[in-house]
Amino acid sequence: MTTLIRWLSSALAGLLVACMPAQAADDIRLATTTSTENSGLLKELLPKFEAKYGAKVRVVAVGTGAALKLGENCDADVLLVHARPLEDKFMAAGYGSVRKDIMYNDFIIVGPKSDPAGIRGSKDVIAAMKKTATSGAKFVSRGDESGTHQMERSYWKEVGTQPQGAAYVSAGQGMGQVLTMAGELQGYTLSDRATYAAYKDKTGLEILVEGDPRMFNPYGVIVVNPQKCPTVNNKGAVALADWMASAEGQKDIAAFKINGQQMFFPDAK
Amino acid sequence: MELVAPTREAFRLLFTGDPQLWRIIWTSLYCSMIAIALIAPFAIALGFLIAKVRFPGRRALVITVQGLLSFPTVVVGLTIYMLLSRQGPLGFLHLLFTPEAMIIGYMVIAFPVLVVFTLSAVQGADPRVYETARSLGAHKLLAAWTTLREVRFGVMASIFNGFGRVVSEVGCSIMVGGNIAGLTRNIPTAIALETSKGEFAQGIALGFVLIALALGINAVLSFMQGEGGMT
Repeated sequence: MTTLIRWLSSALAGLLVACMPAQAADDIRLATTTSTENSGLLKELLPKFEAKYGAKVRVVAVGTGAALKLGENCDADVLLVHARPLEDKFMAAGYGSVRKDIMYNDFIIVGPKSDPAGIRGSKDVIAAMKKTATSGAKFVSRGDESGTHQMERSYWKEVGTQPQGAAYVSAGQGMGQVLTMAGELQGYTLSDRATYAAYKDKTGLEILVEGDPRMFNPYGVIVVNPQKCPTVNNKGAVALADWMASAEGQKDIAAFKINGQQMFFPDAK
Repeated sequence: MELVAPTREAFRLLFTGDPQLWRIIWTSLYCSMIAIALIAPFAIALGFLIAKVRFPGRRALVITVQGLLSFPTVVVGLTIYMLLSRQGPLGFLHLLFTPEAMIIGYMVIAFPVLVVFTLSAVQGADPRVYETARSLGAHKLLAAWTTLREVRFGVMASIFNGFGRVVSEVGCSIMVGGNIAGLTRNIPTAIALETSKGEFAQGIALGFVLIALALGINAVLSFMQGEGGMT
């Protein structure tokens, strides 16, 4: 039975890889969160690495949970994710060989201009979310086990309640779609700053709560363990991880701006 | 990747009547059935007219409807999204991300399927049925009804095919429905979501339901056709 499962899963993974256009052997498969892809950071960063290293990086943008799963199943060579407890679990289980801090950005609460819950300008994320819960206003949740969703859930846990029934819209989609949906439904949502900046004009949503230290959002890069996954492109994965943490990569991350605003703050040691 | 445990969990979810899971299944069935029920009379009537009535532009209409068969459902989704968006012309209806929006999408998607299948069923019918009914003094509408009754298996096939197409549709569902838990999350969008979460049990359970539906529809169809052919 186990052999059958092994065979089936490798067939599935093979199918996944076959779906990618013209995969070369030295291509690097990067599984990452939707926030780095949607914000446009990777589009800015990766060509520089590709030019230097001479290999293509294939990006699979999913939630952090799914990205880690891809690493577990040997379907990715390197991960760029943001959910520290899950990352630590991943490392402890031996799925990753190296983990490095790369950068951070922060979460913000955005909502409609009219701000029916009256949370504008609050510096306390818990108090603000409590107000949205009791106001009956719509709150759109990622609902997809992503890093952002986990953060949102940890806030609700501290609040002790959350919007009920139709007021809690669990979308099960990426940050971009959720922001679009919040704009359409004139609801609140928790977003990372980078994706919001890219969707600000399209959605008409405004930043209502920011600057609470509890909304700090660190990203780490993880090299998938070649001992667990002998088929991964370890050389490429290590090169990409090292480059992101290098002075050059860190400088490029800091230089990435949307509407003149810095989006990610490098913090590699 | 573990396959046995999620599959076992999938059956547990199905047979313990997990409310979330059955809510998803219900959303799929409800939206698909309402959409087909609303659009079928118009589509079948149009299919019949194209088959029976000669008028200028008929050929172009047939080609258009047949072309619509392969119209990508995501384009249907995009069009309806833009219409229903807050900035769109129908934004005041506040229908975006509701089951109603999905039903509208399904109606558009099912329409050409129903028209084309009805058209070919009526064309395949013995033309004497209609003529005999007319010569016996039946009104045009009654004669049309008689013909449609004669080809009822073909018409049923068109309905089942339309249903099969919308019940497994994911692109338009996720665009205009938004995959909202407990509201517009249906079988295909839930499978897409569960897979992206890396949680396969619910996806597998829903996959089983979808496959069972498809097989069930086909079984009913071939059963009916078998009966129809014999009598």
